Amino acid sequence: MVEEIGTNEEGELVINMGPQHPATHGVLHLVVTLQGETIKKIEPHLGYIHRSIEKMCESLTYRQFSYVTSRMDYLSSHINNHACAMCVEKGLQVEVPPRAQVIRVMVDELTRIASHELWWGAMAMDLGAFTPFFHAFRERENINDIMEETCGARLTMNYIVPGGVMADIHPNFQKRVKSFIELFRSKIDEYDELVTGNIIFQNRMKGVGWISAEDVVSYGCTGPVARASGVHSDIRKLFPYEIYEKLQFNEILETGGDSFARYMVRMRELRESVHILEQLVDNIPEGEFQAKTKAVLKLPKGEFYQRVETARGELGVYIVSEGATTPYRIKFRSPGFANLSALDHIAAGGKLGDLVASMGTLDLVIPDIDR
Amino acid sequence: MFITNYIKEVWGAVKSLAKGMKLTGYYFTHHKEIITQEYPDNRAELVLPERFRGEVVMKHDEHNEHACTGCTACELACPNGTIKIITKFDISPEGKKKKALDTFIYHLELCTMCNMCIEACPTDAIKMAQNFEHSVYDRRQLTKKLNRPGSKIREGVE
Ligand code: SF4
Ligand code: SF4
Repeated sequence: MVEEIGTNEEGELVINMGPQHPATHGVLHLVVTLQGETIKKIEPHLGYIHRSIEKMCESLTYRQFSYVTSRMDYLSSHINNHACAMCVEKGLQVEVPPRAQVIRVMVDELTRIASHELWWGAMAMDLGAFTPFFHAFRERENINDIMEETCGARLTMNYIVPGGVMADIHPNFQKRVKSFIELFRSKIDEYDELVTGNIIFQNRMKGVGWISAEDVVSYGCTGPVARASGVHSDIRKLFPYEIYEKLQFNEILETGGDSFARYMVRMRELRESVHILEQLVDNIPEGEFQAKTKAVLKLPKGEFYQRVETARGELGVYIVSEGATTPYRIKFRSPGFANLSALDHIAAGGKLGDLVASMGTLDLVIPDIDR
Repeated sequence: MFITNYIKEVWGAVKSLAKGMKLTGYYFTHHKEIITQEYPDNRAELVLPERFRGEVVMKHDEHNEHACTGCTACELACPNGTIKIITKFDISPEGKKKKALDTFIYHLELCTMCNMCIEACPTDAIKMAQNFEHSVYDRRQLTKKLNRPGSKIREGVE
């Protein structure tokens, strides 16, 4: 038999998905080995958007480095900044004023909603429905407006800084969040009507991309991917930070382990985040929005670790300090990287058409994987 | 048995599709709220929030005076070398030498709009402007001098 171009020794077809592929939402390069239409193996090739953020951080001061992390998981930029700020505060042993804590949690939850919304729109678009994208962006725009007003930016915020937040909330903030909550409640029902209940959509998701709880743990998946398989992994519950301990919210767990379960976890998390916002919006304590810190921050010699729950899972910030003004070493444990590592396991054995569904529900943000 | 199930499934799918289409149809017939903006045409009405970070500018008052002492705190705070402060020595009437700002160089092409320089400035001499249309044909035009020609430091700012 003449060996065809694109096939390997076993006669399997090897195709490249990406790095410029609309369904990978970024420059992710997957080398997919196919037998007919069945996926044999998936090999992610990384590095197309590697900016060596960890190395860059080593030459930036403790005040400066967190702004770069907005560019890792750009859909959770507040939460990334939050993790860095908390890790530095841990080293400095600074007490963050209650007002700042509440503001931080509120912008975190708004970010989570915005991120899940973008995912929802993109996910539906991957599976062929175009309208949801506009619905999602319509509501996401409201959050972006709130951010623009309070933080001055729409994507790369740099609002949460060591000691608190950069500026006090805008006078309109509470009013706007309240009207957003009211609006959004009815819109989630619309989302369910439009997409969740659709049989075609459900059939493309149910039983696709199944992963067991044991595999979730062994691959280190976190966030909605882990919770969809019934693994407790919500850092806000397991290792509460800021005021999450005092808040009433549920860790969303599903047991399906397939794409539809992952979809449902995020949809239910939207409601949970709205519930958190409702508890806080009228209870922002008065006081300072930033603790007094020295102009030049110096962390004592040692190692510091802080984890937070981003929209995608557990983000860990690990700082090794030699007592200087810049970190000796910084390591980010990004949720996307661990979730991507399970993709081969999730999608192998399935059909090529289902790969998009499995990948979409992993909610990959490529700059977060490559850093 | 198979046939009834099949028909039921198809019927269910059609029903769920119709439910979604009903919503789409609702929006199609109720296009009261317009959510898109016709951007280049609405420049006149476009108001950006005051905190919006568009570019760094230096505040000048009507006497062409600014509050920058040339202390370089902003230059040190900037994470990517966007700002370069060149200082000079002013001779005061009493014959004393005093450090003052000569040129405030700002590389807009490097700026990430992180707001750190504004936070660092002790005299509140710089601020963020809302202008966001920065495209030019030559990147050299993005290197700006922020202190206006002939401007000097305001009396009493230390
Ligand atoms: S906004 Fe940030 S990047 Fe731009 S000049 Fe100021 S400190 Fe530098
Ligand atoms: S702008 Fe402010 S921080 Fe920068 S040199 Fe002038 S006074 Fe100092």
